[in-house]
Amino acid sequence: MNDVLDVALRLVIVFAVFMVVPLVVGQAEHKVMAHMQGRLGPMYAGGFHGWAQLVADGVKFAQKEDVVPADADRRIFQLAPAVALLPYLLVILAIPIGPSEGAVGQVIDAGIFFVLAVMGVGVLGSLMAGWASANKFSLLGGLRTAAQLLAYELPMLLAAASVAMAAGTVSLPGILNAFEWWWLPWQIVGALVFFVAGLAELQRPPFDMPVADSEIIFGAYTEYTGLRFALFLLAEYAGIVVLCGLTTVLFLGGWHGPFGEDGLGWVWTLLKTGVLAFVVIWLRVTYPRLREDQLQKLAWTTLIPLALAQIALTGIVKVAIN
Amino acid sequence: MILSATAGHPGFLSPTGVEIAFLLVGLATFGAAVVTVTTKQLVHAALWLVVALGGIAVEYLLLTAEFIAWVQVLIYVGSVVVLLLFGLMLTRAPIGRSPDADSGNRWMALGASVPAAGALVWVVVDAFRTTWIDLDGPAQGSTKASGEFLFRNWVLPFEALSVLLLAALVGAIVLSRKDRQDRKDRKDRKDRPDRSDGRTAGQVRPDTRARRTGPDRTERPAADREDNS
Repeated sequence: MNDVLDVALRLVIVFAVFMVVPLVVGQAEHKVMAHMQGRLGPMYAGGFHGWAQLVADGVKFAQKEDVVPADADRRIFQLAPAVALLPYLLVILAIPIGPSEGAVGQVIDAGIFFVLAVMGVGVLGSLMAGWASANKFSLLGGLRTAAQLLAYELPMLLAAASVAMAAGTVSLPGILNAFEWWWLPWQIVGALVFFVAGLAELQRPPFDMPVADSEIIFGAYTEYTGLRFALFLLAEYAGIVVLCGLTTVLFLGGWHGPFGEDGLGWVWTLLKTGVLAFVVIWLRVTYPRLREDQLQKLAWTTLIPLALAQIALTGIVKVAIN
Repeated sequence: MILSATAGHPGFLSPTGVEIAFLLVGLATFGAAVVTVTTKQLVHAALWLVVALGGIAVEYLLLTAEFIAWVQVLIYVGSVVVLLLFGLMLTRAPIGRSPDADSGNRWMALGASVPAAGALVWVVVDAFRTTWIDLDGPAQGSTKASGEFLFRNWVLPFEALSVLLLAALVGAIVLSRKDRQDRKDRKDRKDRPDRSDGRTAGQVRPDTRARRTGPDRTERPAADREDNS
């Protein structure tokens, strides 16, 4: 009975995190972008900086009519948001936030492979949406999504493999247990490659070619309305949380910090994740969108060689230490 | 995989929960695979393939081979199927049924696949007849166990496979570079003094371009026929 209760409690907590943290990131994005651009937007709902606008938006989304285009492939069209969102829920299950056994939803032996594999599945949702909408722009968005995923999956995997080599394990808590502070300069190239490739996989600016509004309206999500559209947005924010959490765990030492690791390890994890999420938002406001050919070029001619060089460096240092 | 052969294992007639789950997932996987090859909706076939490959990943998980399972998801569901869908969308991916989605080789394919499947099943069953995986002990398919097994006992096949894949990669690059050579030839011709064929040489594969910019995916077979009549 105790085991069942333990599992249920963990699932409930992970689900709560999954429902709350992406919304916080979304709200932070609204506010950070507003202040960076000097366009404040709604500032009155709820009092402080218009925080209740988020709730109002949620209610608005829920009230909207759920439209399925007449020519669309109904079932796949309706299934796509779930396929896009659920993988991130599963990934959050595997990210450790603290040193103790209780600070991770589920310890998974091949953690790195689990998170990368499941994150890759999420993109199927965008592809399904793009195809099933029976809309030329949606299809183009889906195509661009697929091309981008194929290009950026490889550098991401190679960068993660470098950390796995350094730690000698592919389990996420195992990597954190092996972490030393000098891994930070040692793996910095891998960290940059991983983060950039992750941004591209999430289709965040400056890699938002698949949803480029000035060219193809909103890509694969053009035909979506109401709650299903909100689910896609939620998937994007959940993706930011997952990417920042993973970068924290793999490259920035997770719950390791200058002090207070034992009791306050989870604070370090959350802090690093939050700073990275801020960087993601910052990049969106700062950089213009990359063209499709620039996107592909960056992945194949810059990120993959860098990731391979990082793996070589990791191997050399690892052998030298031993 | 390290399999422990124990004499006191439960037989087929007193299955454990994992065995039942294994069988059910196997049936679902088989069903999805059959739908994949029989459905007339191209993209649905690719999506059913996702279900089939995912089912195989679950089977690996049930056999404690966690690493293999996630690699299966990463490579097949995350990359191969995405590549497949990408190719479909780039060329032709109509919504609805495609009556012409039948190569006419149905019986030939069945004749080839049934003996192949029979041979595989026979070999696997014969090879692992009395070996059982101890599900209660430490995971025998963990990353560590798989890695040690692969790089101690099976290094040679592993390296041979990697050379094969490298050859395939080089072959793909050679094939795709041939196109550029053609273009260069045409460009050379264009640079020559007589420019009679300069205009056609400047166009790069018009057929590919037309296909890329206008994928006629919204076409419905019925509407297509109406247009023709």
